Amino acid sequence: MKKLVVALLFSCLPVLAGAAGGHDVELEKAPVNLQDKVSLQNGAKLFVNYCMGCHSLEYLRYGRMADDLGMSDELTLKYLNFTSDKIGDQMRNGMAAADGKTWFGNPPPDLSLAARHRSSDWIYSYLIGFYEDESRPYGYNNHVFPSVGMPHVMAKMQQDLSEEEFESNMGDITNFLTYAAEPMAPTRERIGVYVLVFLAILLIPAYLLKKEYWKDVH
Amino acid sequence: MMRMVNGLIDWVDARLPVVNTYKKHMSEYYAPKNFNFWYYFGVLSMVVLINQLLTGIWLTMFYSPSDGFGSVEYIMRDVQWGWLIRYMHAVGASAFFAVVYLHMFRGLLYGSYKPPRELVWIFGMLIYVALMAEGFLGYVLPWGNMSYWGAQVIISLAGAIPFDILPFIDAKDAKEIGEALTTWVRGDYLLSTATVNKFFALHVVAIPLVLVALVFLHILALHEVGSNNPDGVEIKQNKDENGIPRDGIPFHPYYTVKDLPGVIVFLMIFAVVIFFFPTGGGYLIEKPNFVAANPLKTPDHIAPVWYYGPYYAMLRATTLEWFGMSSKAWGLIAMGGGIVVLFLLPWLDRHPVKSIRYKGWLSKTLLLIFALDFLMLGYLGTQPASGLAKTLAQIGTVYYFLFFFVGLPLAHRFEKSKPVPERVTGGH
Repeated sequence: MKKLVVALLFSCLPVLAGAAGGHDVELEKAPVNLQDKVSLQNGAKLFVNYCMGCHSLEYLRYGRMADDLGMSDELTLKYLNFTSDKIGDQMRNGMAAADGKTWFGNPPPDLSLAARHRSSDWIYSYLIGFYEDESRPYGYNNHVFPSVGMPHVMAKMQQDLSEEEFESNMGDITNFLTYAAEPMAPTRERIGVYVLVFLAILLIPAYLLKKEYWKDVH
Repeated sequence: MMRMVNGLIDWVDARLPVVNTYKKHMSEYYAPKNFNFWYYFGVLSMVVLINQLLTGIWLTMFYSPSDGFGSVEYIMRDVQWGWLIRYMHAVGASAFFAVVYLHMFRGLLYGSYKPPRELVWIFGMLIYVALMAEGFLGYVLPWGNMSYWGAQVIISLAGAIPFDILPFIDAKDAKEIGEALTTWVRGDYLLSTATVNKFFALHVVAIPLVLVALVFLHILALHEVGSNNPDGVEIKQNKDENGIPRDGIPFHPYYTVKDLPGVIVFLMIFAVVIFFFPTGGGYLIEKPNFVAANPLKTPDHIAPVWYYGPYYAMLRATTLEWFGMSSKAWGLIAMGGGIVVLFLLPWLDRHPVKSIRYKGWLSKTLLLIFALDFLMLGYLGTQPASGLAKTLAQIGTVYYFLFFFVGLPLAHRFEKSKPVPERVTGGH
């Protein structure tokens, strides 16, 4: 038994050795809850209204989003789509990359995978991290992304709402982008539980079979 | 009904040695009865190989080298169960190396590479090298930014081969040869779709063919000489009146039923990673690989996947410019040498005793330090090479080679071994 424990520990070491990683700035914890449909729907609404003029969600389709967020196709097309795209289309926008480069220095990136590339915490901290800075072309700078090319698109919202309301909205956008980065994540975890239960049950007869056969090995 | 089945078997057997093969490799292949925990990793390597082949075939149906990044996201989102197949394949690559490293360490523990099993070890090493190539080629295919920059670093190594050590090649020619070689590997003047297309062909056809053939030879050679065991006792030297080793039991059914629960436990660990931690905290699928390849944006830190860590650490550890060769060339030699030396293991180990169980304290200590050293190098390989990390990597690299060239050949002269028993101990 002792040897088994040692051996197991040994086999875990390479994984343990890799439990690190760091950021230069302290990030706020993002309020991510993929089960919260109200938050995800609000996030989707805010995203298409405030962000999507510049940032596409190339790898997400309107229909997939409608299904996953519990919205009908008709309402999704009516309220969350400002283009002539159809329900099966990818969530693209009309901005040409070359224009984006002229206007902001860099073309605004597609955000389908932002939550996996940066992290949900990064997006949330970035969204609440804008501050006034006259030296910047659009009058704002960012704590998480210094000298960012993006203007503070939601400056007016930040002025009109209380701090809690604004942070809650930014949390919803973050939640939505976390969903968009891996739409199958909740399905994945749900199926994972079934797979583990199945394997655990299968282990019982397999172990008993081994015991039965090995009775006569001395 | 039974008569018909038997008739069919006889008919086939008269034309193809089915029954004989089954007996030779399963029901009458006598394996030592004292296999322990470490002996699961052989069958687990087989399980992961089959996982990689099957999930790989299905990925090939949807992947497109001309849009590597986009087609992987298409698989993840639009293909039914595509995400599961892709995660099984991506996590499977890491699982493959994990079980293979443990399988190799088992060989080191119990001297499984020693006569008469040298060829088993050599074939195993060839599998390991093929696997490294396969892993690298596969890592490039999703065409994320880390795929791009990782490939950039590794392919540039072809330009660091010190051809000018040959008397008839001067430095200028050597540089030109290096450049021509990297262009040839890329199939283009820069990393491009041409490279991905080429790597795709190698990853899904060429190397898998080689891998499967080598696995076949590995097992064929093993079954010819018979398995070693934790005591390092040759069970064939003690046979009963029927010519069956007294310490041997038929592989089937005994080890098939013993492997089954082991495989299930492994699959449970595998499933936990696939379903709950598919990116392994950025160590299995790295964060920069969630943006498409971009020649203009270098990631802050270009790190290899964990399983190349030890050799990448050796590559970066060198700072010397001995004999007019660049430190990069020496790094290449350290990295290549680190793998080549493993091939020589059966002849470097001069210890009269096979198993670590009966070797003396010196051998035990050296092997323990070696294992820790390897883990340390692996970790350092994935980290930025700063001052202390670099020094540690240098010490680690030196110990790595000392272990093989001094420790293994000489340790037995300075220690007293325990007597090796006549028969295997402990049963199961």
